[in-house]
Amino acid sequence: MSCDLNVEEARAALDERVRESMKWHFSPETGCPYWLDRAAGLGFDPIAEVACFADMQKFPNFDDEVLRKEDPARFIPKAYEGQPYNVFETGGTTGMPKQRIGWEDYKTDYSEFSDHYAADFFPQGGNWLMVGPTGPRRLRLSIEHLANRRGGACYFIDLDPRWVKRLISDGEYAMARKYQEHVIDQAVTIIRHRNIQCLFTTPKLLESLAERMSLVNAGIKGVFAGGTTMTPQYVRFIEEEVLEGRINYAPTYGNTLMGLAISRKREPGEYSLTYYAPQPRAVLRIVDPDDATRDVEYGEYGRVELTTMTKEFFVPRFLERDEAIRREPCGEFPWDGVGDVRPFQSGTKQVIEGVY
Amino acid sequence: MSDEIHIPILRLGEEYRSLDTVELEAGTDGKIFTHTANPGLIRRDLLGIEKSQTALNAIPSDTLAGYCEQAAELFLNEELPVGDGTQGPQDYVEALSALTKLPHTLVRMNMGKIHAAMSQIRTVIGGLTRNLPLELFDRGLSSLGELEVNYYPVTEALGVSLPSNAPAVNSLWLPAPVLKIPVLLKPGREDPFTPLRIVQALIAAGFPKEAFGFYPTTHEGGDTILMCCGRGIAFGSDATVQKYAGFPSIQVHGTGRSKVLLGADYADKWEDHARTLVESISANGGRSCINTSAILVPSGREELADAIARQLAVIEPLPRDHEEALLCGFSNTEWAGSINDLIDQHLKVEGAEDVTARYRSGSRLVEMHGQTYLRPTLVSCADSGHPLANTEFMFPFASVSEIPQERMLDEIGETLVVSAWTEDPDWIRQLMNSPDIERLNIGPFPTNRVQWEQPHEGNLFEFLYRRRAIQGNLAAVS
Repeated sequence: MSCDLNVEEARAALDERVRESMKWHFSPETGCPYWLDRAAGLGFDPIAEVACFADMQKFPNFDDEVLRKEDPARFIPKAYEGQPYNVFETGGTTGMPKQRIGWEDYKTDYSEFSDHYAADFFPQGGNWLMVGPTGPRRLRLSIEHLANRRGGACYFIDLDPRWVKRLISDGEYAMARKYQEHVIDQAVTIIRHRNIQCLFTTPKLLESLAERMSLVNAGIKGVFAGGTTMTPQYVRFIEEEVLEGRINYAPTYGNTLMGLAISRKREPGEYSLTYYAPQPRAVLRIVDPDDATRDVEYGEYGRVELTTMTKEFFVPRFLERDEAIRREPCGEFPWDGVGDVRPFQSGTKQVIEGVY
Repeated sequence: MSDEIHIPILRLGEEYRSLDTVELEAGTDGKIFTHTANPGLIRRDLLGIEKSQTALNAIPSDTLAGYCEQAAELFLNEELPVGDGTQGPQDYVEALSALTKLPHTLVRMNMGKIHAAMSQIRTVIGGLTRNLPLELFDRGLSSLGELEVNYYPVTEALGVSLPSNAPAVNSLWLPAPVLKIPVLLKPGREDPFTPLRIVQALIAAGFPKEAFGFYPTTHEGGDTILMCCGRGIAFGSDATVQKYAGFPSIQVHGTGRSKVLLGADYADKWEDHARTLVESISANGGRSCINTSAILVPSGREELADAIARQLAVIEPLPRDHEEALLCGFSNTEWAGSINDLIDQHLKVEGAEDVTARYRSGSRLVEMHGQTYLRPTLVSCADSGHPLANTEFMFPFASVSEIPQERMLDEIGETLVVSAWTEDPDWIRQLMNSPDIERLNIGPFPTNRVQWEQPHEGNLFEFLYRRRAIQGNLAAVS
């Protein structure tokens, strides 16, 4: 995913992607029913008037309730009509889930992720274990694709975050702990009886797993984790103690709508994470919570805004439930990064997160 | 002390500096930072708790009790480590006062209580074990006459989530390391200094440092300490009690709702002891769960309320370093406003009067000496069911209700301390049989009277140890 472009070239490539996306998603020959219908109420002509990423401001913030209410089939681009597709759901919510459809996007995202890491980071040919939410989630297919792309097989232990949230909201803390133990028991069994070298899991499950066994002694070489806030202290703790300073660690930020953002390389002793979206397919901005058209300054916290522009799926200016520090482009990723992500307004109100 | 104090984590004795820190509002030129432990870090330390047990088990319990007695003097008088520097007793008083808004007088009084608990640790433990010899904790066995008794620890560690408003409650966990149970402490946000000073005093006196974990942490970290140690003690409100109700391994010290019950035989004698009632309400700034929050009288409510209110109303906010300061400021000024509003709202319910309002100069909520205070408040309630009749706030507050003696025990509800002013033997027997009373004083005593040999809210020894039947040939271990 890292690229050889400089900042200006990356911006030009993004603007070009914007023009292509407008033409694709708002032309009757290629676009989907939802966006073609929606275009009539936008008050501007996306193909004619959105010529660069700055012009995306003409779109209002995307209301993700649409993904609960609309039939996912209304998001099938004309160009994909008749091709079987996957329906993916988002993580840990209750009630009617948000859904998106897809074909090859997850493979593109995770192939790029794989190519970012050297052969020995997640050993080529090594088997993987995913411990976390599988079910209707994109992640389950993605991790298997990642394992296969690197020449390995993937084992799965499921954790249903919706059940965990329900247990916690019902005050069933003991049962929630028992369920987590059940998940970890299964993971330990697989690690002990199969040749596993790579793990995908959430940081909290990773901690629990490492409380049951030394992951180094178990032969784990690389860990890929995401899903909850990772403060610099938490990253330090994971790397120094959970992974005993001897296992490669790839923290990521991602979701079903975006794909995944890779964290840039860090200097020894540096634990603050900065993630970079898979631009130009997806773009992350850090915006003023009171005026989402305005970027915050570098080094300041703001709300995370996501725009996704692939041929399969288009989401403009979706405000995530996270906030982060706007960080400068870097050599690996010549576009803005998002640092030290945490739940939106977690500095001012109590937020329950990371139940699994 | 330098201008910047960093309070690190103690990971079973080993100092650890977290990248997550919290700057405390000391209101002074210096800055105080606590280093925050993430919950996983605490759980990983618990994986190695065996080393802590081994270190304690290597020392006879009698020796540990001696260390505790020596530590009492160190705690009270000496410079002890805090981060990179040391902290003397006066530094401790000033720093804790700045964070908690307790006046210096009350910090010193709490120091005295902790010192007493440490220096009288043998008396305290004797009270808990009914004077079983300390060798019980070395051998697991002791003799009661001809009978051999065997006790075993039911936990590898005791986790304690401490409050910020009452330094002396640290005396409750103090026996644990002498009983050879390692302790993991989560200090209250505004009082990291007291548990740390006690731990440093114990280590300086000879305790193995591995016996102590000190973890400034989040609510989740606090839950981790309470739930992952085999036994936990928490302090808090009714909500805290409810939160941990499903966990028998966690003992919660909740709202006290401590009361003075005047028997019919004392209805005309209270005037001789009016000062006792005033002190029982206002000692320690009215912040303790053992302060009186309700007085129940069989008759003469108005006269008693008027007399007590008159004396309470003269207690005025004074600067924190004033030698006669009694009232505490609120470190969270919004709480003070919320409490004041709640009282005013409930006073609108018919049948209650803030009698102190007749005598105090100015409003209950007041800004003075750079702090926010609530002035002492005594409410007279015509009906014991009034919303202010059986409640508790973090300042000198009490209600007076009139209720026939024979109905009092039916209506008090769960009460931490009852001081029953009576000599009526039948009623005393009923009081002693009441399941609603945790501590019982008989006679004209304040509710905040503490005798060290009496257990407080459950017996720590019985919480940490269980007796097992044992018989046969014990010669090899005798």
